[in-house]
Amino acid sequence: MSAATIRIQEADFDIAQEIAALTKGRSDVGAVVTFSGICRGSENGEPIAALTLEHYPEMAEAEIKRHTDEAMSRWPLTGLTVVHRVGRITPGENIVLVLAASAHRQAAFQAAEFLMDYLKANAPFWKREESQNGASWIEARGHDDAAAARWTKS
Amino acid sequence: MKVKYFAWVRERIGIAEEMVEPPTSVRTVDDLIGWLSTRGETYAYAFEKPKVIRAAIDHTHVKPDAMISGAREIAFFPPMTGG
Repeated sequence: MSAATIRIQEADFDIAQEIAALTKGRSDVGAVVTFSGICRGSENGEPIAALTLEHYPEMAEAEIKRHTDEAMSRWPLTGLTVVHRVGRITPGENIVLVLAASAHRQAAFQAAEFLMDYLKANAPFWKREESQNGASWIEARGHDDAAAARWTKS
Repeated sequence: MKVKYFAWVRERIGIAEEMVEPPTSVRTVDDLIGWLSTRGETYAYAFEKPKVIRAAIDHTHVKPDAMISGAREIAFFPPMTGG
């Protein structure tokens, strides 16, 4: 396959348009798995007004590319797209998109899950939440590290 | 070398990046955290729980015992919460 598409941007993304970019004019794609992460309206039961995502630009690009490269070497993919938004995002808005395309569904499901587990635990992004009590950084969850670790080759 | 700080590490220290020249006795990432912690109250606060702090050298995740010689850019940040 050609190189994965990786974008880090403030703007929203159009899922249908991103899928079309992986499938249009081709007859070798039998499956596209889409994961989109959306901003919830509450965190630990408390309502939130918005999230602000900070990132480490040069490292985020490099780290995501390292893992899209790994996904392409581990599964027979025909296309791979990762879009991660930064800046201020309000409840109901998109945060992240992973698309994995393949001839058959199993590779697409696994590659999409691998990339999301990785992004959660290891990609240099940080979420700050705004609520009625002010702003605070969201704490990392231990189960995200565990989810990422299960993909490590022994 | 250039040092960068992100998220609450950046907020506590009060700056996003700076150039530093640690003494030669500062050899590892852990040593650098210890040395930075002595530079003032804001640093001591940011690094008060060094085990929580993650580090990267030249855009690659590293462990606390990683050697810093030859590094161009070292970043310190909390556990990541993207996705």
